[in-house]
Order: sequence, then C-alpha cells, then structure tokens
Amino acid sequence: MIGWIAEHVFAKYNFWIATLIMLIGLYATIARGNLLKKLIGLSIFQTAIFLLFISLGDVGTMASWGLHSGTAPIVWTPGIQKGYIYANPVPHVLMLTGIVVSAATTAVALALVIRLYEEYGTIEEDEIAEKEKSTVE
Amino acid sequence: MLLIDQFPVIIVAGSALSAFTILLAGWFNRKSCFFISLSTIVFQFVLSLFVLHHVLTVGVIHYWIGGWRPPWGIEYLVDGLSAYVLVIVLFMSLMSVIYAKRTVEKQIAEKKHVTFYALFQLLVTGLVGVVVTGDMFNMYVLLEVCSLAAYALIAVAGGRALRASYNYLVIGSIGICFYLLGIAFLYSVTGTLNMADMRLLLPPLYGSKAVQTAFVFILIGLGIKMAFFPLHTWQPDAYTYAPSAVSVIISTAMAKASIYALIRVVFSVFTVNFIFQYMWMWTFISWLAAFTIIIGSVYAIAQWTLKRMLAYSSISQIGYIVLGMTLLGSHWGLEGGLMHLLNHCLMKGALFMAACAIIYKAGLWDIRDFEGLAKRMPYTSAAFLLAALSMIGIPPSVGFVTKVYLILGSLDAGQLVFVIVILASSLLNLVYFWRVIETMYMKGGKGVPEQKRDEAPLSILIPTVVLAALSIIVGILWLIGTPLPILKAAVSAMGVLGQ
Repeated sequence: MIGWIAEHVFAKYNFWIATLIMLIGLYATIARGNLLKKLIGLSIFQTAIFLLFISLGDVGTMASWGLHSGTAPIVWTPGIQKGYIYANPVPHVLMLTGIVVSAATTAVALALVIRLYEEYGTIEEDEIAEKEKSTVE
Repeated sequence: MLLIDQFPVIIVAGSALSAFTILLAGWFNRKSCFFISLSTIVFQFVLSLFVLHHVLTVGVIHYWIGGWRPPWGIEYLVDGLSAYVLVIVLFMSLMSVIYAKRTVEKQIAEKKHVTFYALFQLLVTGLVGVVVTGDMFNMYVLLEVCSLAAYALIAVAGGRALRASYNYLVIGSIGICFYLLGIAFLYSVTGTLNMADMRLLLPPLYGSKAVQTAFVFILIGLGIKMAFFPLHTWQPDAYTYAPSAVSVIISTAMAKASIYALIRVVFSVFTVNFIFQYMWMWTFISWLAAFTIIIGSVYAIAQWTLKRMLAYSSISQIGYIVLGMTLLGSHWGLEGGLMHLLNHCLMKGALFMAACAIIYKAGLWDIRDFEGLAKRMPYTSAAFLLAALSMIGIPPSVGFVTKVYLILGSLDAGQLVFVIVILASSLLNLVYFWRVIETMYMKGGKGVPEQKRDEAPLSILIPTVVLAALSIIVGILWLIGTPLPILKAAVSAMGVLGQ
C-alpha cells in the first residue's frame, strides 16, 4: 500500500498537482458568471498546463531520489568534464512560447471585457444576456 | 536548395511581414492598406499554385527553418494534402479580401480600417502556417495566431458580436489548451515534436495510456476548433454577428484549416494502425458525425435569420467531412471527405457572400423580409439559388458529387444507415433553402410597390457570382475526373491506401 502510494503519488506529484490546478481553473471558467472571473479561471488553467509541461523536463531529482539534480542547461566545458547533469531545456523553451500566447489571449480578452462594459454597463454574464434578450434583434 | 523549396516559408513569413507593413503604411495613407493586403494575398495564391504543381509532379517539399535538421529544428513539410488545402485556403482568402473592400468601408469605422486589414493579414498568416507546418508545437502556435486574429476581427463589429467573440475566445482557448496537453503527453513519451519523427516512434507505444489520452485530448481540442457537434456552441453567434468579410473567411478557410489540423494529426502522426487498434472509438466518431449531419440541418430549419441558418448548416457540412474521414473501408469515403473540403468552401462562400450582400445593400437580416428580392438584386439571388441547389445536391453540382462519393463509401463500409442519413440531410437542406428561394423569387407580387434594380456593387458581386459559378463548374470537373490526381496525391499522403 505504502509502496503503491510512494510510486504513484509521491514520485509523480507534479502531475497530481498540475491536474488539481487545471480542474480548479476549469471550474472557475465554467461556474462563475462574472466575465473577469472566467478569464482568471482560464489563466489558472493555462498556467497549470505550463507547470505540467515544464516539470517534464526535470532530470535527476525525485526521479532517482538521488542528490544530484539537473542544473541549468548552459554548456560549460569544465562542467561537462565533471559530469554535471543538465535539465532538459526544450520544455522551458516551448512553454515560454506558450506563456506568450497565453498573455496575448488574456490581453485580447481584457480588451473585449472593456468593450463589453462600455456597451452593456455590466460584466455579469446573466445581466448581459437579459439585456440582449430585451433588445429585439 | 531549389527556389521552390523556399516557397512555403515565403508564403508564411511574407504574410506576417505584410501585416506589419500594413500597420506602418497605415500611418501615412489609410487607403493603401486594402491594396497591400490584396497584393500580398494574390502573390501568396500564385506561389501556392506553383507549390501544388511541384508537389504533384516532383514530390514532397521539405524546408528546415534555420537549417536545423529534424528532430531538433522546426520543419515545414508540404505534401499532397498540404498543397491541396493551401490552395483552397488562399483562394478563399483572395475572394474574401476582394469582398472586404466595400463591406469594410460600410460596416467598420474609418479609424479601424488599418488594424482590420493588419489583423486580416495575420489571420491569413496563421491559416497558411497551420497548413504547411510539419511540427506539432508550431501548429499550436499558428492555430493560436489565427484564432486570436479571428477573435479580434469578429469583435470589430461591436454590439452582439462582442459577446459572441468573448464566448468564442474562452471556448477556443480551452480547446487549444487541450491540444497543448495532448502534445505534452506525446512529448513525454516520445521526446520529439516533429510529426514525421513521432510517426516512427509511436508504433511500439500504441498500448500506453499516455498515447491514448493524448489522442483523446487532441481529438476534443481540435473538435472544439472546427465546431464539431456537441462542441459547436460558440459557432452560430460568431458566424452571425461577425463583419461580412470576416464571416466569409472564418466559415470557409478557417474551418478547413482546423479540419486539416485534425486530419494531419490523426492520419500522419497516429497512423491508421492506431485507429484500427481502437476501431470502436472511430466507429463512435462516425455515428456522431452522422448525428451531426441531421441535427445541424434540424437546427437550421428553426432559424429565421439567414446568417444564423447558414451557420447551423455549416455544422451539418462539417459532419459530412468527418463522416468521410471515418469511412475507411475503401477510397470513396476518404476522397469524398477531402473533396468536400473544397466543395463546401465554394458553396458556403457563395451563400455567405450573397447573404452579406443582401445585408449590405438592403439591410435585411430576416428571411421573411426577402419578398421580391429577386427583382431588386437579380444576380445576387441567382448566385444564392445556384449555391443552394448545390447544397441540396442537384447534379452536376459539387454538393451532388460529395454525396455520391460518401454514399459509395458508406455502401463499401456496409453501413446503410449512413446512406439514409445523407439522403435525409439532402431533404432537410431542401426544406430550409426552399423557404428562402420561394420568398425571394415567388413572393411580393401584390401590394408591394414596383421594385427597382438595386444590385450590389461589382466588388461584392463578382466574388459571389464567381464562387456560385465555380460550385457548378468544379462539380462538372470532379465528375469528368480532371482534378482527381490532386485528390489521389492527398489521400496517399495520408498513408491510408494500401491498407
């Protein structure tokens, strides 16, 4: 029992935590009626995915329960000669691009919320739906 | 490297540069933005024709960005399927931008024209990038580029379009994040992002839960992007309230690019062998597609707003393409699905253009107000009539050819229910298109004052009539068999022949 928990929960804690944060973000997006709260939920969801992806690049820490963990992947000849272990830089690079995309999405969404506020005077989704229903198309 | 090898990256990078040029030139001369955009898209379209010719005669085009070889670098890979969809996307972009000149002047405030054309060019950049790329993460980035441009372009119309765009943004971002999650799982088990490399590394891992989960996440993520029932809820509002030129391009080119992304990932990365291992899931998708075909048409019958009706009709047509993808028994199903990529663009493009021309000239959104429209706008009504007949499936139009191929594919797969579904959907299409045609042509005789000719201007009329005429001419061409080599090259690129 302890062995099963140690292998599937403690060793893979990054996946469990990332999934939990993803679910919190998705819940906020779906269940909250305020447009800004939906965006916060979306942002939490995307951040959790970035955390999951970056944690894939971790080399040598909990994976082997050893003392030597992957260090910053900067090529340095004496370091290679001493046998340093480097963390995988590719997930970091990919998620930098992902963070840029997420920031652009949040910027466009916030601009939309400003315009919606100018148009309808409220940022509650149900109030906007009421106003749209009352004005005949 | 030959010059032709550089064409895919010139098409994408040149388009991005042009978007920034439009922003800069807009400082000095606002009128020039349309012409910069138009000339860029014409240039891209001509290049794409050369690319298609090269792929059909010589072979696949490889381009390694920065000279870095795969699996370390990003690769642009143009094979039969990519070249085919590239020409379709750029042709529809060209028609949309010609259509955009007058409608943008009327619908959008003068000070927003510069940013409108810059965003339009960025949308085209994203679309062509999705089609030519051979790298999974690059496809995520370019899908987001075109989606962000689409969110902003839809919201330019103001009013109800703002809420439509916000909904599209939230749902679309969740979708593309699911796709990113799928890439995360695939990267964690294979260690590569290059599509061709992943195709070689995946077969021993087909049984692993990570690969299965990745497949489901990618399927749902891209399904949200292409508005596949039941993930379609953002689509009717977005198509209805968007500005006219944006309605045309997102309903044709952007939907096709998203479907291409799904086809590329499912058939070129997870090959047909993966699908055969989990055939029950693929059969479920085919039944869902058949259900989509019927339910899209039923929704469309309930609509009185013309643009909304066409939006729901698009959901039904996406079902045709996915049904074609899932019929793997013979080549008819797959060829029918791929053929419908082009056919639906022509038909739906003509329909949306006609509907928006009616809004531009007469200001009419509701079908019940169309009485006597055929006398006032004869050419637009004729284009709508031709495209509607094509959707219903009157020979020899493109709609008829698609339905024939899909019926033959269903018979080869042994599913008679799908034949009945396709025929029933033709009848349902007839119901909701006949309402519009009858009101336009046959009503408005008594009690309505004499209608004067008030036709839409040429820059709106010509793309509409061209697309409507093409929907008949291309249908005749498909039946004769002239463009079939393109389709054979596309299907063989998917790697299904020989199973």
